[in-house]
Amino acid sequence: MKIAVCLKRVPDTVAKITIGADRKSIEETGLKFVPNPYDEFAVEEALALKEKAGAGETVVYALGTDAAQETLRTALAMGIDRAVLLQSPGSPDGLEVAKAIAAELKDGGYDLILFGKLAVDDYNQQVGPMVAELLGLACVTSVAHLTIADGAIEAEREIEGGIEVVSCRLPAVLTCDKGLNNPRLPSLKGIMAAKKKPFETKAVALGPGSIDVLGLEYPPERQAGRIVGEGPDAVPELIRLLRTEARVL
Amino acid sequence: MAPRILAVIEARDGAVRKISHELLAAARELAGPSGAVDALVFGAALPTGADALPAFGADRVLSAAHPDFARYNPDGFSATVASLAAGCTAILFTATATGKDLAPRVAARLGLGLASDVTGLALVDGAVIATRPVYAGRAIQKVKLRASPALVSVRPNTFQPRARDDGRTGGVEPVSVPAFEARVRVTAVKAPEKAALDVTEASIVVSGGRGLRDPANFKLLEELADALGNTAVGASRAVVDAGWRDHAAQVGQTGKTVSPGLYIAVGISGAIQHLAGMRTAKTIVAINRDKDAPIFKIADYGIVGDLFEVLPRLTEEIRKVRSEK
Ligand SMILES: Cc1cc2nc3c(=O)[nH]c(=O)nc-3n(C[C@H](O)[C@H](O)[C@H](O)COP(=O)(O)OP(=O)(O)OC[C@H]3O[C@@H](n4cnc5c(N)ncnc54)[C@H](O)[C@@H]3O)c2cc1C
Ligand SMILES: Nc1ncnc2c1ncn2[C@@H]1O[C@H](COP(=O)(O)O)[C@@H](O)[C@H]1O
Repeated sequence: MKIAVCLKRVPDTVAKITIGADRKSIEETGLKFVPNPYDEFAVEEALALKEKAGAGETVVYALGTDAAQETLRTALAMGIDRAVLLQSPGSPDGLEVAKAIAAELKDGGYDLILFGKLAVDDYNQQVGPMVAELLGLACVTSVAHLTIADGAIEAEREIEGGIEVVSCRLPAVLTCDKGLNNPRLPSLKGIMAAKKKPFETKAVALGPGSIDVLGLEYPPERQAGRIVGEGPDAVPELIRLLRTEARVL
Repeated sequence: MAPRILAVIEARDGAVRKISHELLAAARELAGPSGAVDALVFGAALPTGADALPAFGADRVLSAAHPDFARYNPDGFSATVASLAAGCTAILFTATATGKDLAPRVAARLGLGLASDVTGLALVDGAVIATRPVYAGRAIQKVKLRASPALVSVRPNTFQPRARDDGRTGGVEPVSVPAFEARVRVTAVKAPEKAALDVTEASIVVSGGRGLRDPANFKLLEELADALGNTAVGASRAVVDAGWRDHAAQVGQTGKTVSPGLYIAVGISGAIQHLAGMRTAKTIVAINRDKDAPIFKIADYGIVGDLFEVLPRLTEEIRKVRSEK
């Protein structure tokens, strides 16, 4: 089984975000970056599937600046066989990222291409299915449960008020959701081994795309809250405020 | 030229989903008085509720009927939407599990960018400008979609559905479904035992955290939800990880992002990852016995107290209010 995983470097989800001087992007200096949490499910799934198959190759791809090397090394330390950095500053247009990734994976002979459900920086939730469409491959998104047998995939994905069961055949593109597995932590041995694993860097040029970022702002501050009172006796006043002030009841 | 908006309507089990009325409100707003809104529906036959779509803002209903469309069919749906794109100013999808799966496929077929999960839309000099939360709601991005049609998915609970106006009528026209290769098939839809309202779509969400102490105590929240009506019960990750509640109910960074009119957090401390999922609620109420709990910093109204005393009283008072109407 030959499996590709696409991994994005994103700001740590608990880090405070500061908007940059251009008012369009965030200030990156001093910010802690991590592998996109959903992509860790993809890495884990690739490793588990290869282990189960007993043979194969796992390859991790990241499109980004040289800073993404560290992110790729994390995946290697978890056990991925080799890494490819697609050097590019990235794009606000997910389709341009998808095109570059699709071009790179096209002749890779992959049985499975795994993505995270979404990148927690841009919240686009789109690159995976776009790559699938560009490559003409079957695709299931937001997979929370997966079985693969004899080249047949059965996947479950959460939909509002239910679970959708989807089937397709390999080769396929899957995007991974929480619940699929519990990503392993890199072991010390893995971290050492990662240093010797093949690591390729290729420059890619992205097109202009069709989306421009006009600005980035902080969300409107919520007005400082008000303690209505203490204990059950505060309930009538709360209800009055919800009816007359907030008008939500 | 007057704008023309294609709204991709969501149906399940042969019926139009209510969320589609929000989408039509967004489409109508973008189209303006002179523009046209087409509502595209999929199904093995015309779904129930499709003929009422004009009453909620559509000018025309386009029906894509196909024997394989009784359930979601990603390849068939995306081929059909793409075939109707020419001449549209914008194509709007719901940012639901289905819409988020479908929209990127259409975007790639058309070779156009997609703005996901938008909370604001405007048409400026013929170009669609969208605002969308990024970095788990810690920033709001404004983007311009230069290409036509502009592809957008709209976050649930953002646009208020229009009041039903049966004076507005429009015809239903069949559209032809292009040939497609079904690479994936939805073979079943498993519904939970009690088909619960989803936290992303409910107009009120009452969420419980570790403060509830025992999974059985969620009954208190369910009773409150029943009293309120159109209310979903959510949960913090702590209680989902503990196996008390289903992951589908988890609100926050690794769960769902919700924007209900009213969010009531009960026994939830207000960790940043939880706030990421609910900070865009219109009104937030917190009930917590710790007056320094971070949830009070974001809540509009707070009650400091023991939830086991406050909740029953709240449910009782809500019942009174509801019965007055
Ligand atoms: C990468 C990552 C992702 C995460 N994603 C999410 C996510 O999506 N959603 C999420 O919710 N969390 C998420 N978390 C976890 C988050 O950091 C918190 O641990 C979690 O939200 C805490 O849940 P809680 O508020 O229920 O529990 P606690 O923090 O333990 O809070 C319980 C609260 O109940 C109050 N309480 C106790 N007893 C009573 C009583 N009798 N009456 C009234 N109040 C009472 C306490 O004062 C306390 O404030 C994530 C964490 C990480 C690291
Ligand atoms: N720059 C990138 N490099 C590698 N993978 C990416 C990149 N951007 C997005 N992805 C993949 O696509 C998924 C969805 O990203 P997005 O569409 O940006 O939310 C991520 O979870 C990654 O698996």
